[in-house]
Amino acid sequence: MKIPIDYYIWLSAVLFGIGVLGVLYRRNAIIIFACIELMLNAVNLLMVAFSSQLNDSRGQVFVFFIMAVAAAEVAVGLAILVMMYRKTKSVDIDILNRLKG
Amino acid sequence: MNALYVICGLGIFSLVAEVFNLRKWIFFVSLFGLLVALTWVVIDWKAISYFYRGMVYFDHFALAFSGLILLISIFWFWMFRDYFVDEEHRTDKSALVLFVVTGAVMMVSFNNMAILFLGLEILSISIYVLAGSNKQNLFSTEAAFKYFLMGSFATGFLLFGITLVYGATGSFNITEIANFIIAHRTLPRFIYIGILMMMVGLAFKISAVPFHQWAPDVYEGSPTPITTLMSTVVKIGAFGAFVKLFSVAFITFSPSLKLIEQGIVVITLLVANITAVYQLNVKRMLAYSSVAQVGYLLLGFSSDSAHSAGTVFYYLTAYSVASVMSFAVVEIVEKNTGSAHVDNFKGLFKNNPLLAVAMTVALFSLAGIPPFAGFFGKYLVFTLSIGNGYIVLTILALITSLMGVYYYFKPLVAMSQPGSGKIVIFSSEKILLWVLILINIAVGIFPDLAQLL
Repeated sequence: MKIPIDYYIWLSAVLFGIGVLGVLYRRNAIIIFACIELMLNAVNLLMVAFSSQLNDSRGQVFVFFIMAVAAAEVAVGLAILVMMYRKTKSVDIDILNRLKG
Repeated sequence: MNALYVICGLGIFSLVAEVFNLRKWIFFVSLFGLLVALTWVVIDWKAISYFYRGMVYFDHFALAFSGLILLISIFWFWMFRDYFVDEEHRTDKSALVLFVVTGAVMMVSFNNMAILFLGLEILSISIYVLAGSNKQNLFSTEAAFKYFLMGSFATGFLLFGITLVYGATGSFNITEIANFIIAHRTLPRFIYIGILMMMVGLAFKISAVPFHQWAPDVYEGSPTPITTLMSTVVKIGAFGAFVKLFSVAFITFSPSLKLIEQGIVVITLLVANITAVYQLNVKRMLAYSSVAQVGYLLLGFSSDSAHSAGTVFYYLTAYSVASVMSFAVVEIVEKNTGSAHVDNFKGLFKNNPLLAVAMTVALFSLAGIPPFAGFFGKYLVFTLSIGNGYIVLTILALITSLMGVYYYFKPLVAMSQPGSGKIVIFSSEKILLWVLILINIAVGIFPDLAQLL
């Protein structure tokens, strides 16, 4: 039995929405990273679903690009996080309010 | 395309230079290489072509924008030489700056969403690191972290948009997408959501209101050389990508997208200009001003999406030359007095006439006061929007640009007040400031530059 594409779209949209809400509402930087990863993986899932529906391999190649770039991005992000943790001894993003005006 | 190879090669050379102990040569090699790349852009002007099976397309639009990016980065290397001399990690920094330039050139020359995404990420990841490059300073780390969070959040939106558009049209190639949309009148509804999400993703990058909250904090916290890079090279790249995407791929929808763009224009102009009035730190004021300039750029683009490339290019040229100039002065003042607070500009007219004159020219140009390039940029944008019948929007833009005059004059007033402390400037910086002043006036004298595209 073939699963209709609409189901994939809804599933990805929900996963993406959870990611967005997590980024907006959670205060722990690590959890925010995980939520950004969730957003990107929702995209990957949908991309693969479309790719197989359209019988077109370009979508799957794009998924590889997204995975590689996401890994690079998280590496940089965690490095910045470590740098911040060394100075403030915390990963709570509420301390990031020194720059205001 | 050759220009892209040269810049990319320079970046890799920069990384390898650390191993072979060639640190001294980095600066000269980078400057020379960027000049070579700029020459290639000029040579390629006659030979427009696709590369890599239509993934990259260097047309006049892409070449003109790449030329502007390269010119600005040459000025950048010239001005901020100290950034590579004083501290450690200088080869890493110059490599990252060169990768930012690579990413920006890719973003203006893409013809396939994959290249747009990769260019955007090459640019963004490098600039996250650079924003935090002042490791001793907590503000710099904080700026890097904020920029990273907001940037990758925006990337998520852009990617979801790309996926939905791919699902509806079955292609990543922007010309194929445009043809598909023209050929098929009934499209799945999710393509509209996809287009809107791509717009949100790119609006974050060009820092249009309501997606601008990160910009003032990041601009203030990052080291001034990097702030300059963000407000010129990154902005040119991101705006070039915005224009290319919405004037090629989604041109069929432009009547309805126009309404959203104009909504963004109205709030960008109002919010950015009103908030800028209250700023006392010149760096932060310039950050809000760069958000406000995006409003004028978008006004020009949304008035006539298909034929506004020339106007946008002219405005971006005027804006980025003035921006480099003002940040150069801010950097010199900040280095000597410790902060970019408006009081630190006092007495500049008496003690350092050149710095004061350069700052005056830059701010006059940003405010749009006649003999300088910024005036003609605003003039072209307003002509375009009146010509397409957006009278009310143009009047609003005029009023907000008058507000701009008020906050741009604050540093000028401070500079003419009495103050103490003479700042020593190097002769290379003096020459650069003169060159930039002359370019600013020359661009103002030849508004025909807008006809280039």
